[in-house]
Amino acid sequence: MWAILSILVQNKPGILFKVTHLFRSRNFNIDSISVGVTDNPDYSKMTITTYGDEKQVEQIVKQLDKMIDTVKVEQLDEHKTVYRELCLFKIKLSNASDSMEINKLANAYGGKVHDVKKDSIMVELTATPDQIYAFEELAKPFGIIDMARTGVAALQRGGT
Amino acid sequence: MASDLMNKMESMTGAKALMMAMEKEGVKQVFGLPGGANLPMYDEFARCDIRHILVRHEQSAAHMADGFGRVSRKPGVCFATSGPGATNILTGIATAQADSAPMIAVTGQVPVAMIGRDAFQESDIIGMANPVVKYAFQPRTAAEIPESVKKGFFIAETGRPGPVLIDIPKDVQINEAEMIFPDEFKIQGYHPWADPDITNVEKAIDMLLHSEKPIILAGGGTIISSAFAELQAIAEALMLPVVTTFKGKGAFPENHPLSLGPIGMHGHAEANKMMAEADCVLAIGTRFSDRSVGTFEEFEKRLKIIHMDIDPAEIGKNQTAQIAVVGDVRSSLRIMVKLLLQRAIKKTEETPWIKHVKETKSYWKENLKLHPGEMGAAKILRKLRELLPSESIVTTEVGQHQMWASLFYDVIQPGTFFSSTGLGTMGWGFPAAIGAKVAKPNVPVVDIAGDGSFSMTENSLATAVLEDIPVIVFLLNNSSLGMVAQWQRTFYNRRMNGVDQGHCPDYVKLAESYGAQGIRAQSIDELDKAIKTALSSDVATVIDIPIDPEEDVLPFVAPGTSLSEMILPS
Repeated sequence: MWAILSILVQNKPGILFKVTHLFRSRNFNIDSISVGVTDNPDYSKMTITTYGDEKQVEQIVKQLDKMIDTVKVEQLDEHKTVYRELCLFKIKLSNASDSMEINKLANAYGGKVHDVKKDSIMVELTATPDQIYAFEELAKPFGIIDMARTGVAALQRGGT
Repeated sequence: MASDLMNKMESMTGAKALMMAMEKEGVKQVFGLPGGANLPMYDEFARCDIRHILVRHEQSAAHMADGFGRVSRKPGVCFATSGPGATNILTGIATAQADSAPMIAVTGQVPVAMIGRDAFQESDIIGMANPVVKYAFQPRTAAEIPESVKKGFFIAETGRPGPVLIDIPKDVQINEAEMIFPDEFKIQGYHPWADPDITNVEKAIDMLLHSEKPIILAGGGTIISSAFAELQAIAEALMLPVVTTFKGKGAFPENHPLSLGPIGMHGHAEANKMMAEADCVLAIGTRFSDRSVGTFEEFEKRLKIIHMDIDPAEIGKNQTAQIAVVGDVRSSLRIMVKLLLQRAIKKTEETPWIKHVKETKSYWKENLKLHPGEMGAAKILRKLRELLPSESIVTTEVGQHQMWASLFYDVIQPGTFFSSTGLGTMGWGFPAAIGAKVAKPNVPVVDIAGDGSFSMTENSLATAVLEDIPVIVFLLNNSSLGMVAQWQRTFYNRRMNGVDQGHCPDYVKLAESYGAQGIRAQSIDELDKAIKTALSSDVATVIDIPIDPEEDVLPFVAPGTSLSEMILPS
């Protein structure tokens, strides 16, 4: 299963290393990771997505929780969570019509187009990982020159 | 308020603050070795009441602190310099972490401005130690030191104990600051205590009562939390046979009629047999290590598991439990004792299961084939048991002798047996014995050793002699790396590679060259005299006992097989 973990940590040097090291040393995988300071500068929020069976995910959460530098560890319910990732694609323009085709595609996915050059175009997409993957598949025939993803950021819906 | 704080503040160097903070924690001695980056700390020994015990290798300092910590249940402290000093204690830190032993390791570091420049004797010890410490501090200013020490001790000794590293750059040791020694502090993400769930304890009792073949598996957590009386009360009230893990050896008196001894790779035959037949287990303070349970899948498929542990991450890590009780196991067991009293549960009549357990136990007591020679491991260790007072503390090295100790040395007073069981660190036993003797100077302390393992830290003889810490090294000497040799005999068709240690060194002469006492014992009579001499001696003693290099440790559960597939002596 795919799991989204939201981890509130002390905003101190070395914590990112400890968290990622835990994944490595316990034989867990990081699918994506994003980190940023919260409204309270004492804390950072890490969002990590990972794959594993239910037992493994439960172990990851427990091991993260056991870490002294983690303040709060939650496994977010995918269906009650808003989760998005930003991805930049640099796509090749070979034919005259490519630019328009890609523009249409980007619009369909709610993306923005930047930096249109003679032979390349850049698309910015903020979407779920599945949507990004779908867009990537559709962009492939044009030729993807480069791409960069931020990793998922996620917040549970509702007031608390 | 502000003036109160001002009164408490005192200007001093970081090194002095370190020593003062440790004195406030009750530290009486430090095991260590000085070097360039921790000289300011060493300069303070002349000005404080903390005793320094000099080692000849930093790994031994860590093991001494570990041995001290396990026996006294207060963190032992070791000092090392930066770079190689720090990397040398890593093995000792990892050993303490694997066995949940409280420890404070203080390393010197290159000055802050030099960090990251590959300076002389610089190593990123914080980065290296991270996966094997409970926590690590690197104070970057002198003023941070008192709080780091205070928190470090708190973290090391509370909850599931473990090693804490404090890495102090040299300039931070030298710099002066206004120091505040806090009485109170907050560690936000640290929750070492949980209240055991009474309903689950209640359910556990019912599950045990409704099982045909219930058994108790006591792990190392039982010893760490000193839950000896509670464990015995429950075993007796519910008439449950008790097996232990190797780390839990001696959690329950091994001369008790309900005791079956340790299970596992080199567990007692009767313990493995009964564990393999049981249908419900009350597992206390154990992580179900592969060495204890054999194959994970087979174990949990067959058994209903009640799991008590202080560490929530252990629940479901290696085995799925039907009932889990998170919390200090002594508190959990106390609740169980109380509930048993309330419900007036006290079994007096032997069940068919307990009859079967007792028959199995006496069968193996009579029928386990032992080495036929006069100097077989069983005879040697039983002689030691016969002559050692029950309150004596025993540590072991790692190897065949360790497993023979598990099989043939019965622990009578709970909590008097310690070994490197998790990491399996050769060289642990002797320095740990020294640390144990410092913690309890009035009881005999014996390191049951093998020649391979003892060789790794034998230079601690210098510490034992110069610091007047008379421990006994009980050396079962087969002139080889015996356990590896046994595996090569068993699994590699006797292709013996890299296991012959020759008769080198002569351990009697070695002991004497350090100013210790060396005695060779080649018969049970000589051994009897040697043990008595060592016990009445005020100097460290090595008893060198030559044994048959072909003797195997049996029974043996081969890796990847289940406890029921035990290899027995033929």
